[in-house]
Amino acid sequence: MSMRHFIKFGKPYLHTRSLLRGKYGLQTCTHVAKSTGVQPTSDGNNFIGIPHNCVTKLEFLEPKMENTIPVYQVLDSDGKIIDETQDPKLSDEILLKMYKDMKMLNIMDGIMYSAQRQGRISFYMTNYGEEATHIGSAAALEMRDLVFAQYREAGVLMWRGFRLDQFMDQCYANINDPASGKQMPVHYGSKDLNFVTISSPLATQMPQAAGAAYALKRTNPGTCVICYFGEGAASEGDAHAAFNFAATLDAPCIFFCRNNGYAISTPAHEQYRGDGIASRGSGYGMLTIRVDGNDTLAVYNATRKARQIALEESRPVLIEAMTYRVGDHSTSDDSSTYRTTGELEYWTKTNNPVTRFERYITNQRNCWSAEEDEKLSKDCSKQVIEAFTAAEKRLKPSPSLVFTDVYDELPVNLKEQQKQMREHVSAHSQHYPLKRHEPL
Amino acid sequence: MSLLRQSRNILSNLRAKSLAKRLMHFKFEPDNPPTNLGPTENMNYLKALTNAMDISLENDPTAIIFGEDVAFGGVFRCTVGLREKYGNDRVFNTPLCEQGIVGFGIGAAVAGSTAIAEIQFADYILPAFDQIVNEAAKYRYRSGGLFECGKLTIRTPCGAVGHGALYHSQTPEAYFAHSTGLKVVIPRSPIQAKGLLLACIRDDNPCIFLEPKILYRAAEEEVPVGDYTLPLSQAEVLREGSDVTLIGYGTQIHVLKEVAELAAKDGISCEVIDLVTILPWDADTVCTSVSKTGRCVITHESPVTGGFAGEVAATIQKECFLNLEAPVERVCGYDTPFPHVLEPFFMPDKWRCLQAVKNVVNY
Repeated sequence: MSMRHFIKFGKPYLHTRSLLRGKYGLQTCTHVAKSTGVQPTSDGNNFIGIPHNCVTKLEFLEPKMENTIPVYQVLDSDGKIIDETQDPKLSDEILLKMYKDMKMLNIMDGIMYSAQRQGRISFYMTNYGEEATHIGSAAALEMRDLVFAQYREAGVLMWRGFRLDQFMDQCYANINDPASGKQMPVHYGSKDLNFVTISSPLATQMPQAAGAAYALKRTNPGTCVICYFGEGAASEGDAHAAFNFAATLDAPCIFFCRNNGYAISTPAHEQYRGDGIASRGSGYGMLTIRVDGNDTLAVYNATRKARQIALEESRPVLIEAMTYRVGDHSTSDDSSTYRTTGELEYWTKTNNPVTRFERYITNQRNCWSAEEDEKLSKDCSKQVIEAFTAAEKRLKPSPSLVFTDVYDELPVNLKEQQKQMREHVSAHSQHYPLKRHEPL
Repeated sequence: MSLLRQSRNILSNLRAKSLAKRLMHFKFEPDNPPTNLGPTENMNYLKALTNAMDISLENDPTAIIFGEDVAFGGVFRCTVGLREKYGNDRVFNTPLCEQGIVGFGIGAAVAGSTAIAEIQFADYILPAFDQIVNEAAKYRYRSGGLFECGKLTIRTPCGAVGHGALYHSQTPEAYFAHSTGLKVVIPRSPIQAKGLLLACIRDDNPCIFLEPKILYRAAEEEVPVGDYTLPLSQAEVLREGSDVTLIGYGTQIHVLKEVAELAAKDGISCEVIDLVTILPWDADTVCTSVSKTGRCVITHESPVTGGFAGEVAATIQKECFLNLEAPVERVCGYDTPFPHVLEPFFMPDKWRCLQAVKNVVNY
């Protein structure tokens, strides 16, 4: 069935693949064609791939931006459930863990951002504004599901149990960091928590997620993969490769796009001309949904369902979570140079995911109060400060570790170079910051 | 197909084969099979590779083979029969996207599966450069070993084939030699290819396995049918000599063997070394040899500037300085893209190599 019919009827792209499969029992091609008054010239051509009907009217498909893919929402801005049937009816315990993790994330971000400004750590990236995308999605997954992330998903780690000291040790690049201080801050990873170590190049994790999902389908059925990326990263060739591979190879992978409005200073309308990232999904034959990324319960519901479908039907699912990057891109960025305070204020104060969720648990579910909120903030601050004070005191790794983990074992050339480095540094120790490090 | 048509095809194939053989710039001479690896079978290079992959998939249930056109057997017939034997979830086509093939392969390896990726021509490995250099090579280092993609092996046909021109003749070893964390291997023969491919597949580091495509059918040997590996990062002295060390890899080894024979007629005794592994490479064997002979010629098809011969030369001059009787000579492709009809004038052929040998001996 041709795409043109969909746009004319404004049918959501969600139904494209199922229509082709005839799964949801929607109207057949000929029936629809008759309703539009356009008659196909034949019963369809056998072009390898997709069956087609032929038409004699010369008409180009126009992407109609008035009929964009709708945004799935559960909570309104006051934290009230809009449609009761969509309430996931989570337990108080889960709701409170969700909220506390969001607050802890905010407070950790605030303190670590200041730490960078004071020169205590070299670099940091905050997660403000995107808390619901992290917590909502993480809570919908199982611990065994493998996470490939970009760099602004610390809340996912927090949900899974990454401790404050672990966050700090990586940022401070000290001896407790499993990667021995080899990467810049916020490049976290955890084998125990099934969170693949972050790397700086954007979108490279995406085809890897597709491959991991394929492998796990064969060796660990019942395990899915989630891949986080931003709307900027979605422009990379690796994103296209990932979508196409996951779809053609039936990989159970959730592609979760955090469309937060900016790729450093580049606004989304300079990143793409079409209807966001979600509109690309059906082009690849992928099930797609767009959600309100600031609505924790919408994110939760969509991710939960996506996981179920991905595993039951062995196929990738694309979720585009519309949100906003409240903080700067990183400590190397000053976003006041490219956006207005008015815009920032709206997303900080009026459409804030943490506030919306707080209203839900306080007013709707009655399991939280302002007093508890104040106490929580104080507790979190105390814990974060304790953790970073301890992290700051720890030594940095031994210089000899420059050479480890390049390969599984040190090859001859690296053994030789390690020896040369040790000899040189020993002979000129006054020029090297040896006191901060474990011994050579 | 009719009998007449069949015999016409056979004849034209034979003619094409003999024409190709006459135009080849080298002569392949089979090695004697190792005596300790059991019964052997006549296999050409590509069949040896198929055999290696067959053994891998048989013994490792996680092993998968993927890339463009591998399902029907591959454009060079290296994966013939494997899909039928192991199923379409283990031997499958991917979309036409090298960065996707490698990225997918990395992910599969990270998730614990043995991933054997094929890049159809080494000339097309470049879109995957970011995934190979920024991701695969650095995966273990950047995570402190929490995550790694050692189970990834990327195989790709490379090298001059007589008519490949710019985009079907390249050997990209130099780019990857500079990417520490990878292993880069280039076998010269069927026996080597099978043992080294099995070694790479089982090695716990991501490997780039370069297969000189001209050898796929031209090289035939008695290859052990059993499961065996050959060591990585160990250069091999193929011929002992006292006057000059000739260093190369892949197809060029066969050129060097012939150069050694020609030089012997002029009373020059050549030692021939196959590097086998480009990264990490066996400097020890090379430097021991050059310290003995005092002269060396390094040769590869890839262009000379920035080529791997420079790395070898720099190491040799440092380690063997006082033993050198002549400057280190490099005989390589010229600093041009790989030309089509002008290939014979571009290649580091046996006459250029022989001249280099005479230059260092008469220095």
